[in-house]
Amino acid sequence: MTHDIALRTEDLEVTYTGNREVTALNGVSVDFAANKLTAIIGPSGCGKSTLLKSLNRLHEIQPNAEISGDVYLGDESVYDTDEPLPEIRRRVGYVPQKPTPLPVSIYNNVAYGPKIHGDHSKAELDDIVETQLRKVNLWEEVNDRLDAPGAELSTGQIQRLCLARSLAAEPEVLLCDEVTSALDPISAEQVEETLADLKSEYTIVMVTHSMEQAKRLADDVVFLYLGDLVERNDARSFFENPQNERTREFVKGHTAVEYDDADGADESEPESTTAQTVSAE
Amino acid sequence: MDRYTEQRLFGLLARASAALIIAVLLLVVGVTLYRGGRVFLTDPTVAITPPGSRYMLDGGGGFLHAVLGSIFIVVPATVIATIMSLSTAVFLQSDYSSERTSDVINMFLNVLWGTPPIVYGVFVLTVIIAVGAQTSLIFGVVAIAIFQYPIMTRYADEALRSAPDAVKEASYGLGATRFETARVTVRAALPGVIAGIIMGFARGIGDAATVLFTAGRSTQMPGGPFEPATTLPILIFEQAASFNAEVRSHAYAASFVLIVAVLALIVASKLLAGRYARFTPGG
Repeated sequence: MTHDIALRTEDLEVTYTGNREVTALNGVSVDFAANKLTAIIGPSGCGKSTLLKSLNRLHEIQPNAEISGDVYLGDESVYDTDEPLPEIRRRVGYVPQKPTPLPVSIYNNVAYGPKIHGDHSKAELDDIVETQLRKVNLWEEVNDRLDAPGAELSTGQIQRLCLARSLAAEPEVLLCDEVTSALDPISAEQVEETLADLKSEYTIVMVTHSMEQAKRLADDVVFLYLGDLVERNDARSFFENPQNERTREFVKGHTAVEYDDADGADESEPESTTAQTVSAE
Repeated sequence: MDRYTEQRLFGLLARASAALIIAVLLLVVGVTLYRGGRVFLTDPTVAITPPGSRYMLDGGGGFLHAVLGSIFIVVPATVIATIMSLSTAVFLQSDYSSERTSDVINMFLNVLWGTPPIVYGVFVLTVIIAVGAQTSLIFGVVAIAIFQYPIMTRYADEALRSAPDAVKEASYGLGATRFETARVTVRAALPGVIAGIIMGFARGIGDAATVLFTAGRSTQMPGGPFEPATTLPILIFEQAASFNAEVRSHAYAASFVLIVAVLALIVASKLLAGRYARFTPGG
């Protein structure tokens, strides 16, 4: 692959040392191309979210996570650095799975990032808020009630607000953790359209449960299975000509049977996914 | 007994206990408002008139000294306790403390919560004696603040814990520091935090034992932070024990002021909490 690498992991290993020790990532080395959308797919519990959160060290807010290896943002190490942690997280933004507004107004949700990271005049902030809300196609819907609580919007609108909020902090990379899984189909489609618009400008790394979504949106696909990187390829080759046996089974299993996004079967144990693959054949 | 009789019986008991609680509350509030109101009808200025020199004996003047004493002691105490308890509650969250640490601190808080207020009074009195000071308003503030602290910390801790984790994650994900995130979390938990502050205030304004040995039972207008003062609950106790019928009737007037203040606070906290609840995700 010839394109620029925005972010890459090197032998990343994450272990949760709670009541029982669980290795979530098993030495993963993977590249994320600049100004492309990379989808991370795989069965539940395979380390997708862990990989995503370890990219901006967000997993560190929960206790008992141990990590080795490193992540490089461009040429700079994310773990072995003098840069303060909040700086890294500003550069690598994160949109949570559950649409969650900050407990402030719509305006201040978007203005929050710019406010904490620098001094801006009111006019500058107004400008940022409008620009970002337009980017996520929310401006027309909310411009008459910017002072209303973010929590009063619909779930789909909140998720687009979350996107705008992350973009306002001017990240280089945007991490999206199953951002459409809590949404109704129409809102999910709107968020997908927004992501499709954004991916030429930003490096986006997206975790998704839905193969269909990965097919629709992704330029590159990373397939994880039980903490191991199985395959990473551009989306077309990945779906049409998977290199790995396991990928072949997974892709086949998920396209032969049409799963709903919110379907429990999709999120159950890895074993059952394999079982379904077998039965689908 | 068949299951339907059992169910009817339980329903009956539940309703009876609800009725009992409401009846007792109405009786206490009603009698106080009625008898206190009668005093105010005959002498509307009793709560805003300074006491005469022999107030406890002849009921000359009013009890402004205790009303002001309550305000001057409980308001600063609540401010101090709010700052301390919010800081503690933020510290108890997983961003700052391990689960073990917060468990241990919570255990101590529970012990503090269960400590009878008179013990705080005696404790502060010991300090007063040790430093060679006299009972004064400022020590009343300290004693009430200590008394309110575990109550308010508990409320704030519960409120912060029930704030959605996703809010924290979102804030950190935007590159916020721990302190900035704590402010966001407090904002998300504000309805619960406000309820705790008001509860602390109400408990503080109603407590007599903490003030008894610390600010004293002065029957003069509060003269300053280092002069003796008193609060309404102590005044009510002394008034009710008076030989003079008029002073005894003033006990209801003072109770009237106290109850109305507490009711007003609770209503105000509901309104405030409701305003902020609009901003709370999933609320």
